[in-house]
Amino acid sequence: MKFIKYLVVGILFGIVMAKSEAISWYRIQEMFRFQAFHMYGIIGTAVVLGIIGVALIKKFKLRDIGGNTIKFYPKNKSIARYLIGGIIFGLGWALSGACPGPMVVNIGYGFLSLGVVFLFAIIGTYLYGLLRDKLPH
Amino acid sequence: MIDFILAPWPWWFSGLIISSIMFILLFFGKSFGFSANLRTMCSIGGAGKRVSFFDFDWKKQIWNIVFLIGSVIGGYIAYEFLTVGEHPVQISENTIQDLNELGFSKPTTLQPMELFELSALLEWKKLLLLAIGGIFVGFGARYAGGCTSGHAISGISDLQIPSFIAVIGFFIGGLIMTYVFFPMIFPAIL
Repeated sequence: MKFIKYLVVGILFGIVMAKSEAISWYRIQEMFRFQAFHMYGIIGTAVVLGIIGVALIKKFKLRDIGGNTIKFYPKNKSIARYLIGGIIFGLGWALSGACPGPMVVNIGYGFLSLGVVFLFAIIGTYLYGLLRDKLPH
Repeated sequence: MIDFILAPWPWWFSGLIISSIMFILLFFGKSFGFSANLRTMCSIGGAGKRVSFFDFDWKKQIWNIVFLIGSVIGGYIAYEFLTVGEHPVQISENTIQDLNELGFSKPTTLQPMELFELSALLEWKKLLLLAIGGIFVGFGARYAGGCTSGHAISGISDLQIPSFIAVIGFFIGGLIMTYVFFPMIFPAIL
């Protein structure tokens, strides 16, 4: 039962991604062609509110439902892994028109082919795990 | 109100809800990062026995898998109950025209059927494209340590430099695919 709340938040995520058309391959193309504000508006609004909210959480040392202070962990310093990994991700994002979240939302929406894309994303993650020690980080 | 719900939702409303989801998860003591599920699924499948990267306590990520299941249900609810009929995605005329030059017809729904109708999976060239797209997303997300939710939303909200670098990478990759590879790929197969 303790997981029900995550199911509810996930449902909200799926609904909002679908209803704002953020799961659409066309919308991602429109974004990468800089031909509309829509996707920038979605991400931009989330980020601006996010920056304000995170700053407030830190300033007032807010606690989570478990009573622990909400902590933010700095990610490891590197340029290579974020840049190269990011570029590979971006190539796939533009081609499949979906990042991992929208892929599965699409399955629910009825575009089952995106489920196949998601299976290949799992394979991609497995390949990363295999090759991780040989890659620059 | 009903009209608002049934029409496509505006960007500001979507952005507001997405940041709210990040904060709700923070207050639950979790962090918003969808692609972590890809690693968890490898671990559940037993990959941890062969590859150390997948040898972790995936039970701590069950909440995220539940979130994923919720998002599939959310997609279904959006289609079945919150949308009336099929209507084309409301993208800009310029995009429709650019894509038309690559061989894509005018949108009739949220996705280009040329790529995503089930019968396209039987055409090996299209299947290969979808496979490459998926593999790159899964590989790149883990290599970069996060996807759009983990870096572009959570990371940048915390003003983390690595997330800025990753998002710049997302765009470099996306622009190369759009402007360099698309003109090589789609006119040849559509």
